[in-house]
Amino acid sequence: MTAALRFDPIRLPPECEVLRREVRAFLAEEIAAGTFDPHKPQREDSDAPEFSRRVGERGWLGMTWPKQYGGHERSFLERYVVTEEMRIANAPTRRFFVADRQSGPVLLKYAPEHIKMDILPRICRGEVCFSIGMSEPNSGSDLFAAKTKATKTNGGWLINGSKIWTTSAHIADYMIAIFRTSPSTKENRRHGLTQFLVNMKQPGIAVNPIAQITGQYEFNEVVFTDHFVPDDHMLGELDGAWKQATSELAYERSGPERFLETYYVLTELVRAVGNHPDTRSAEGIGRLVAQLHTMRRMSVSVAGMLQAGREPVVEASIVKDIGTLWEQQLPHRVRELAAFVDADASNHATLDEMLSFAIKTAPKLTIQGGTTEVLRGIIARGLGLR
Amino acid sequence: MTDTDNIVAETAERIFADLADSQMIAKSKDGAWKAPLWQALADNGLPLSWVPEDCDGSGVSLAEGFAVLSAAGRSAVAVPLAETMLAGWLLAQAKIASPEGMITVAPASPKDRLTLNADGTVSGRARGVPFATEAKHIAVVASGIGGVSIALIEANACRIEAGLNLADDPSDTVTFDHVKPLASHPAPSGFDQNGLMLMGALVRSLQIAGALETMLGISVQYSGERVAFEKKISKFQAVQHNLAKLAGETSAALAAASSAADALSGSASDDDAIFLEVASAKIRCSEAAEKGAAIAHQVHGAIGFTREHVLHRYTLRALAWRDDFGSESHWAVELGRLVAARGADELWPLVASR
Ligand SMILES: Cc1cc2nc3c(=O)[nH]c(=O)nc-3n(C[C@H](O)[C@H](O)[C@H](O)COP(=O)(O)OP(=O)(O)OC[C@H]3O[C@@H](n4cnc5c(N)ncnc54)[C@H](O)[C@@H]3O)c2cc1C
Repeated sequence: MTAALRFDPIRLPPECEVLRREVRAFLAEEIAAGTFDPHKPQREDSDAPEFSRRVGERGWLGMTWPKQYGGHERSFLERYVVTEEMRIANAPTRRFFVADRQSGPVLLKYAPEHIKMDILPRICRGEVCFSIGMSEPNSGSDLFAAKTKATKTNGGWLINGSKIWTTSAHIADYMIAIFRTSPSTKENRRHGLTQFLVNMKQPGIAVNPIAQITGQYEFNEVVFTDHFVPDDHMLGELDGAWKQATSELAYERSGPERFLETYYVLTELVRAVGNHPDTRSAEGIGRLVAQLHTMRRMSVSVAGMLQAGREPVVEASIVKDIGTLWEQQLPHRVRELAAFVDADASNHATLDEMLSFAIKTAPKLTIQGGTTEVLRGIIARGLGLR
Repeated sequence: MTDTDNIVAETAERIFADLADSQMIAKSKDGAWKAPLWQALADNGLPLSWVPEDCDGSGVSLAEGFAVLSAAGRSAVAVPLAETMLAGWLLAQAKIASPEGMITVAPASPKDRLTLNADGTVSGRARGVPFATEAKHIAVVASGIGGVSIALIEANACRIEAGLNLADDPSDTVTFDHVKPLASHPAPSGFDQNGLMLMGALVRSLQIAGALETMLGISVQYSGERVAFEKKISKFQAVQHNLAKLAGETSAALAAASSAADALSGSASDDDAIFLEVASAKIRCSEAAEKGAAIAHQVHGAIGFTREHVLHRYTLRALAWRDDFGSESHWAVELGRLVAARGADELWPLVASR
């Protein structure tokens, strides 16, 4: 029989509740000051460098990292609370989100000391923005088909080729990318890719924005022409990038951002139906809330197991699989339930506006960061099927 | 979830493995397995897990008892263990001692109400009462002018119309016509029929989650054995993705049920929080039962559609358990009303509080 799936009923410790109150108070101040509008999720893509610095000042970036790099040595559960409160408020986290979640931990593990000392404290201060350069025009799910080349030169590498769908590349200071340093081998088609730290402000890089169906400009094409990357910017093992993307993925897959992306339509639906909903609305809302609560309990459970030093890789992939599908379907379910809402409900216009944005956003949720199909392959492997 | 630190649940698992083997039960025509199974459970004090020791019970903690029920779900146990545990728990609320033997509880649906008459007798009708035809006693919640009472009633004193649930386990209609209880006592303040429904819903959620764990286990195993087009069917991507979805549904059910069990075992004191946890568990586990059972059958093909195969023992029970102590539709309406009454801006704080 398969190894048992585990979802311990982990609760957030009391210090998390203190922190939650601080984050809510901070966000309320920012909203009052006009930094962002919680009812305008479509503005969440806007760049907010000052906001990013203030979040850093609060000590909410690099929360789990060692103090010597500007981190705060707090728990993953505390970071969890900050992340979920920011998401619920539709706060403009674009500038720091990737660095804090993904890039920082990669640097911590693989970057040389002087680079860690240089960059990590700046991430913690909310000063630098990161992007991720994996996908290419002919390499998406199949990461190991990447062709963009790093050619050895004096003191470093010359990069030629292009990355695509690179979120935030237009505002990013750095990119963590994989480039081809050797051909793949017959025995191992994953061989030959190496991870690098790219300074986006150096010459030889062109960033071309790509419009999305929502009307936003979130991602880009990034073209490299003899862009120079110094030797000490190589991260980890030469030709061995494939070994470096395993356990930390669990953090990336199972966080609150994997099911809360369209949450705002549910709040607005509850507002629209008022305090005395008819049976149909009540049932619809009840089911959605039950699903939401369950998703969150699963996600907190994975965070807690990670904090305890376990590696719930399958569980984390499951959270992302059903979480992203849930947030994708949510706007459609809310739309069905909203069909009979009183046309005079005070927030009708807001709900309509949010719904149309959420419905347009929905398709990306099961593509970005690994498609549903790819995730299910990972889960199937965890079940021992492949 | 394996609770290696829980001796009570381990004992239960051992008994299920020895005396409730699915293959053996699926083949049995006369139900001869039932008596020895019940005897072993009773000898180990499991049916009266939640009865305090000073009332001749085992005095096991709620959490340990919940683990027993998860194990019972994993084995799709078809004797009234869950019902007797629930009855013992209910009677203990009113300090009424539990008799030996099988006991069930009524009402088993939030739609039914029993009345405590002025002369101390109980009247009313309860539908879908699990195992009423097999139980010697029924523990009930009834309300009268004096408030809510808990009572112990002899099954013989009631009119019982036999019925069956989807899995052919008894699900009966019990009519109480001025029945005089063996014992009756006012419920503790704040306790009413909702308290029984919450506990019953949680019990069924744990059983459903357990049944799903086994559906996943046997489906994965079968996919590694069955060959089609010269390959193990586990090598077909469509089958892999179906099993991944089944794993997702199983996970959701496990997470929701164990979270609610933890909440009722003491981590939640706020009424709305407990309601959110238990209602969510019943709703989400029921949804998972539907999706999960469909996939488990799909993976098994025709063989899983036979009476001889064990699969239906888990799928049909998980589907049947959805109906007891309030269906997912019932709980969804109630949860939706609670959320609406609290207002839009109180939804996230409620969810985040758990
Ligand atoms: C909003 C957004 C932001 C993004 N940001 C970034 C970023 O910052 N950095 C970055 O590097 N990339 C980014 N991406 C790219 C993303 O990682 C890829 O889109 C994703 O990995 C899928 O690759 P693809 O688009 O090439 O689709 P393909 O890989 O071509 O897939 C097309 C379809 O085929 C299916 N498919 C492919 N292989 C298999 C298989 N083996 N089995 C079954 N089905 C299969 C897929 O599931 C999908 O349904 C972003 C994408 C989006 C939508």
